Amino acid sequence: MRVLAFHLMPYADIDPHFSDAYDTAWVTLPNRYYDRESGYRLYNRYLDELEYADGAGFDGVCLNEHHQNAYGLMPIPAVTAGALARRTRGWLGVIGRALPLLNNPLNVAEEYAMLDTITGGRLIAGFVRGIGAEYHSSGVNPTESHDRFHEAHDLIVRAWTEPGPFRFEGKYYDFDYVNTWPRPYQQPRPPIFIPSQGSSETIRWAAATERRYTYLQTFSPMAAVAKYMQMYKDVARAEGYEATPDQLGWSVPVYVAETDELAREQARPHAEFFVNKLLKMPVEMLVPPGYTSIASTKGLLAAKAGLTVERRLEDLLAAGSFIAGSPATVRAMLLAAQRAIGFGNLLITVQFGTLPHDLTMNNIRLLGEQVVPFLKEHAA
Amino acid sequence: MTAAVPETQHRITVAGTAVAYRRRGSGTPLLWLHGAGGIDGWTPGLELLAQTHDVIVPDHPGWGTSEVPDWFDNIHDLAYFYLDFLAALGLDGVHLAGTSIGGWIACELAVRNTSPLRTLTLIAPAGLRVVGLPRFDIFLADREAMTRALYFDQTLAGRALAVPVAPDAIDVTLKNRFATARVAWQPRLYDPHLAKWLHRIDVPTLVVWGQNDAVLPQELQAEFTRLIPGAQAVTIPACGHMPLIERPAQAVASIERFIADAVR
Repeated sequence: MRVLAFHLMPYADIDPHFSDAYDTAWVTLPNRYYDRESGYRLYNRYLDELEYADGAGFDGVCLNEHHQNAYGLMPIPAVTAGALARRTRGWLGVIGRALPLLNNPLNVAEEYAMLDTITGGRLIAGFVRGIGAEYHSSGVNPTESHDRFHEAHDLIVRAWTEPGPFRFEGKYYDFDYVNTWPRPYQQPRPPIFIPSQGSSETIRWAAATERRYTYLQTFSPMAAVAKYMQMYKDVARAEGYEATPDQLGWSVPVYVAETDELAREQARPHAEFFVNKLLKMPVEMLVPPGYTSIASTKGLLAAKAGLTVERRLEDLLAAGSFIAGSPATVRAMLLAAQRAIGFGNLLITVQFGTLPHDLTMNNIRLLGEQVVPFLKEHAA
Repeated sequence: MTAAVPETQHRITVAGTAVAYRRRGSGTPLLWLHGAGGIDGWTPGLELLAQTHDVIVPDHPGWGTSEVPDWFDNIHDLAYFYLDFLAALGLDGVHLAGTSIGGWIACELAVRNTSPLRTLTLIAPAGLRVVGLPRFDIFLADREAMTRALYFDQTLAGRALAVPVAPDAIDVTLKNRFATARVAWQPRLYDPHLAKWLHRIDVPTLVVWGQNDAVLPQELQAEFTRLIPGAQAVTIPACGHMPLIERPAQAVASIERFIADAVR
C-alpha cells in the first residue's frame, strides 16, 4: 500500500470576513484579499510541511492544480514540484494537470518527463479536466472539456511511449513533429492517476484494458468511495481482468491528535472553513454548460449538493468524507475502509483550510509515526 | 391578435440535422432567428409580424427540440446551416430577422451570401465587441439575475420569475445553455472576424436596440450601423434586451415601417 501526503496549499491567511461580501473564494473574489508577504510565508511553510512528511513515514507527497482562487495556490504545480524534487526521496505526485485548460499539452509531456527524470523515476502523473469554476477563469469552452481532455491525454501518452518524431493529427491539437526531449525516466511511462469526484464516464475510461489507470476518488463520502471503486472493479471484470489495489486510490483529509475529543476540537474551525468558505461556490460557477452531461447537471441542480451547501464537522465525519480522531481511532477507521474497499493508494490531505503550522506538523508526525506504518503493515 | 391565423408545425432535415420550425401568417417570408434562451411558441411581437408576413420560426440546431448536429462547433456552422435551410425551403426574397445570438447568426449568414435576402433586421444582436464596454456574464448569472437583466421594466421581470419552472422545461433550458456556450463561450458572444466583413452586407438593414439593454449595451448599435453600409438605427426607449417582448407594438411598428420602405 502506498500512503502519500497531499497538500492543497490554501491561502489560509485570507480575511475570514470575505464571505460577508462575496459568495465564493473562486473566480470573482478580488485578489486584493491576497497579501504578498502572506503568500511568501505560506508557500515556504507548505513546502516545509511536505518535505517533513516525505521523511516522516509517508511514501511521498502530492500536489495538484487550481487557478484564480483562495482555495489552493497551485496554478502551476510544476513550480512547487520542482522545488520539492531534490528535497524529497519518495513519490512526487502531481495529481492532476488540468489538460483542457492548457494551450499546449506537449508542454505537460515535457514538464512531467523533466520531473520524472530529475527525481530518477519518482513521478506520479495525474490528469484532470479542472473544476467547473476554472472554465470561467480560463475562458476555455466547457463544452469542449471532455474532447480536449481525451485528445491531450492521447497526445501526451503517445509522446512518452512512441518513438519521435511523429505526427499527431487531432481536432484541437495538430503537430507535425512530436519529439519530446527528455523522455520519461520510468519506462514505458510514469504511473498515471485519474482523480475524480465520481463520474461513471471517467471510471469506464480509466479502467479500460488499454489504460488501467489508478482511479482516485477525491473528497467524497465513504459510501461514494465504496460505490465508485466497486464500479471500477466491475468495469475491469467486464473488460476481462481483475483490478488490482494499485488501480484504486482515495484522497481524504485526516486529522490526528492525542485524543478523539482534541482532534475534533482542533480540526473543527479549519475543516468547516475549508468546506464552507474555500470550497463553496454558486452552482452556475460549479457546473458551466457542457462541463457534465445534461443528466449529471440536472442531478447536481436538483440535489443542490456538492459545493453549494453549508456543512458542519459532524456532517463530514458522519459521511466519512473527513476523518479526525486519536491515532487508534484513525488507524481503525482507515484500515476498515481499506479492507472493505480494497484501495492500494491513500492520499491524506494533511492540511486543510486555516489549519496552522504547528497543528499541521503534529498531524503529520502522528500520522507518520502511528498510522501510516500500521496501515502499510495490515492493509489487505 | 384575435385574427391570428393558426400556426403549422414542421420538422425538416437539413445538413443531416432534423430541426423543428413553426410557421404562421401569409405574405413575404420572414425568417426569425431566436436568441440564446430559445423560443417556445408565439410571443405577441411575432404574432403581430405574422399578420403581415409568412413568419418562419425554427429552433436553431442544438436548441429546443432540434437535434444537436455532429458539426456543431461555432457560429459559422449555424450561418451555413441557415443558408442551406432557406434553400431547402425554396425561399427567396426573405426578410431575415434575428435577436441577440439570432442576430449574430443573421449577420454571419449575410456576410456570406445575401442573395436569398430582401432585408435584414437585427435586434440587439451579439457578434461584435467594443473594447472597454462592460459585459454582463450570462453564464455566471442565476435565473433571477438573468431575468432581471433582460428587462428594463422590473415588474415584467418579477412576473416572469413568478412563473415556476416546469420540471420538463429544465432539460430544454440546459440544452439551450449548452448550445449557447458551444458557440458563444470564447470569444464571449462575438466573432473577432465579423467586423472585417460586415461591409459585404448589401441589403437594407435595420438595427433595433432597447435603450436600457443591460445584457448587450446599446453602445454596440453604433458599431453595427457604422460597419453595415446604409444600416438604419432604431432605439426603443424604456426597454431592455428583448424589444419584441418588452415593447412589442413599438418594436414591430418600427420593423414594419422599415420593411415597407425597403420594398417600396
